[in-house]
Amino acid sequence: MDNTYAIELKNISKRFGTVLANNNVNLSVKRGEIMAILGENGSGKTTLMNMISGIYYPDEGQIFVNGEEVTITSPKDAFNYSIGMIHQHFKLVDVFSATENIVLGINDGKRYKLSEARRQVLEITEKYGFDISPDKKIYEMSVSEKQTVEIIKVLYRGADILILDEPTAVLTPQEIDKLFAVLRRMRDDGKSIIIITHKMNEVLSLSDRVAVLRKGEHIATVETASTSVSELTELMVGKKISLNINRTDPHDTSDRLVVSNISSVNSEGVTVLDKVSFTARSGEILGIAGIAGSGQKELLEAIAGLQPLTEGEIKYNSPEGESFNLRKRTPEQIRELGVRLSFVPEDRLGMGLVGSMDIIDNMMLRSYKKGHSIFLNRKSPKKLAEEIVDELEVATPDVKTPVRKLSGGNVQKVLVGREIAAKPKVLMAAYPVRGLDINSSYTIYNLLNEQKDNGVAVIFVGEDLDVLLDLCDRIIVIASGKITGEVDGRHATKEEVGVMMTGNTQKEAN
Amino acid sequence: MTVFIQGAIRQAMPLLFGATGEILTEKSGNLNLGIPGIMYVGAISGVIGATIYEHTVGAEAIVPALAVSITLLASFIGSLLMGLIYSFLVISLRANQNVTGLALTTFGIGIGNFFGGSLTKIIGSQTANISLGNISKYFKMTPPIADKLGWFGDWFLSYGFLTYVGIIVAIIAGYVLKRTRVGLHLRAVGENPATADATGVNVTKYKYVATCTGSVIAGLGGLYYVFEYTGNWSNNGFGDRGWLAIALVIFALWKPVIAIIGSILFGALYMLGITTTGISRELKEVYELLPYLATIFILIITSIRNKKENHPPASLGLSYFREER
Repeated sequence: MDNTYAIELKNISKRFGTVLANNNVNLSVKRGEIMAILGENGSGKTTLMNMISGIYYPDEGQIFVNGEEVTITSPKDAFNYSIGMIHQHFKLVDVFSATENIVLGINDGKRYKLSEARRQVLEITEKYGFDISPDKKIYEMSVSEKQTVEIIKVLYRGADILILDEPTAVLTPQEIDKLFAVLRRMRDDGKSIIIITHKMNEVLSLSDRVAVLRKGEHIATVETASTSVSELTELMVGKKISLNINRTDPHDTSDRLVVSNISSVNSEGVTVLDKVSFTARSGEILGIAGIAGSGQKELLEAIAGLQPLTEGEIKYNSPEGESFNLRKRTPEQIRELGVRLSFVPEDRLGMGLVGSMDIIDNMMLRSYKKGHSIFLNRKSPKKLAEEIVDELEVATPDVKTPVRKLSGGNVQKVLVGREIAAKPKVLMAAYPVRGLDINSSYTIYNLLNEQKDNGVAVIFVGEDLDVLLDLCDRIIVIASGKITGEVDGRHATKEEVGVMMTGNTQKEAN
Repeated sequence: MTVFIQGAIRQAMPLLFGATGEILTEKSGNLNLGIPGIMYVGAISGVIGATIYEHTVGAEAIVPALAVSITLLASFIGSLLMGLIYSFLVISLRANQNVTGLALTTFGIGIGNFFGGSLTKIIGSQTANISLGNISKYFKMTPPIADKLGWFGDWFLSYGFLTYVGIIVAIIAGYVLKRTRVGLHLRAVGENPATADATGVNVTKYKYVATCTGSVIAGLGGLYYVFEYTGNWSNNGFGDRGWLAIALVIFALWKPVIAIIGSILFGALYMLGITTTGISRELKEVYELLPYLATIFILIITSIRNKKENHPPASLGLSYFREER
């Protein structure tokens, strides 16, 4: 019995169109073990787990549960094999109590009795030390409590293999400690736990073994006790690849934007920025490295005046020598000062551009307030649109084509082009090359470099370390809303940045 | 007093049936604005069934139980068909719920008036009415002990069986929603279909069954009005009771048991306009406004208190498509 694994994956592959999300992955988890799956964004961790929990079906390979080959085609199948997954996005009914949510969908043929279910929920909470009231409504709960409900939901259905997808991303440190205590208790009870994460310290403190994934491939599985931060980081980020981006030396630099000790809390009460300080200089590209969701979006929005801060100061020094405190200004005033946010969220068209409008109209979104009559002046935006299409080689039939009909790269060029056309003093670009092919990416890099040579302070948020190291002059690293270090883009190594991205400060890394 | 109470309860019943049906429908996330049309169809279908039966066997040979059963069955079929049309458009084809519902109301009233007019001609009625007296008297039959119990009998037992059916159906609906697994799943479907789906609840099935059951119950409201309240059919005789039923759903905060009290209150407000003597015609119209004002008032109160349980189902009016995440 002891030789068989609770769950075993053999040669699992999964493609989405032309993208290979998982390639020949082998993985095995024992009973009474906590296995951490470590990897960067897009390394295929969640895809792999979704195949175990029945959301996706693997293209190739086999899955074994307790030594027997199984076919899992739906979450229901997964439950039948005692597999339960706790997703990042909770699936709970807001106006239901915890118990009601837990029993939802169960049809065991027995009489429906909420009081009996409530008793069983209490049994589970006591057994593993959860801290939750079964009668509390979901809408009154904190994120951590909601997560607890999800975990109990899975346990109530009798799961022996629990998969948690980045469970700590939304929790406070105290809540994380509590969660880990519960997970350890479940391990001691003989359950198998798979936890997806990219936080190194959590991997080391919680797991028994670590499987590292990189670009869809399984790189290695190591015993946590016999590994180190640097070894794991190296496995995770791989060797550096040179991209030959044409990087010029900064000249005439001066402190353009001085951010000191800013903090921010999101609507759920979680600290998203924690005393962040840095300086962006003119004529320089400042890179911000970090795992997605570490506070990059909030940081940029804070500078643009869109994110309320609890403390700290953002000072803007204009080229003319004046100083402004941006915290006291509206987003519009900040834009007027020349601080431009070319923010590219997951959904390119969601923020910044309106998909069903043509390029001209999208240009006007930034300038319509300058008009004086009630009628729109389409002449100058049209000229601007034509210039952008010309200079940035936007592939479009004409400037009257709706933006959503353009390909991703061309949409990006329109967005960046519009912000650059406003002659910014500070240009913030978040993931400007996400989803773009190589050529379009280089066009964007060159644009940013051009801006830098013109004396603009460029802030570049990226996820690919190779790009950051080849493009940026300086790189600050952010992890869980904290700046964990600052490095020189010309001399830093990938491992150095990688270690800091997973929450270790610069000192620990060296 | 007795007349007032009896009037209020008789006015209340069509609203209660309509509201109970609509509550079940809305709990599945479907905002069915076709309820007025469905109630109208429920009524005319019953009338068709009853008239055909009566004219086939002749007025003397009517078997009471059979007559009532045929009328009810005809009404069921009519309302069920309407519910299926709505469900198919909204659930399977994911059509816009408001547009579909409003179209269905117009359609239902058209159907009712068409068959009402045709029937009048076929049976050779001298007036624009279809008299249903031969069968409706069985709907109006009160419990036999009613007149022996004094005021108690007058107040509570002087109604036909549909009145009691209406109240019992509302109580059962309330119980099912609150205390059974089916109710839990149905509420989950209306609140968050994606979650319900993920836990293995068949969202489409629940929506179809709830919507069609709701339609049949609402159709009974129309049937009640024609057979127990008036005893004859005349085109457009149903008034705005369908819309009042939808208003009652909001008034009752999506709880069938509150709808019982609410419907009687609405009925009482309506009776106030009829029984108050010595007021002008304009003022009567104002009295008819009162139920709507009461609904707006409740909306304001619940919005201020902002308690999530009193909100409409969270996914009300939205169609569910699994692949859209």
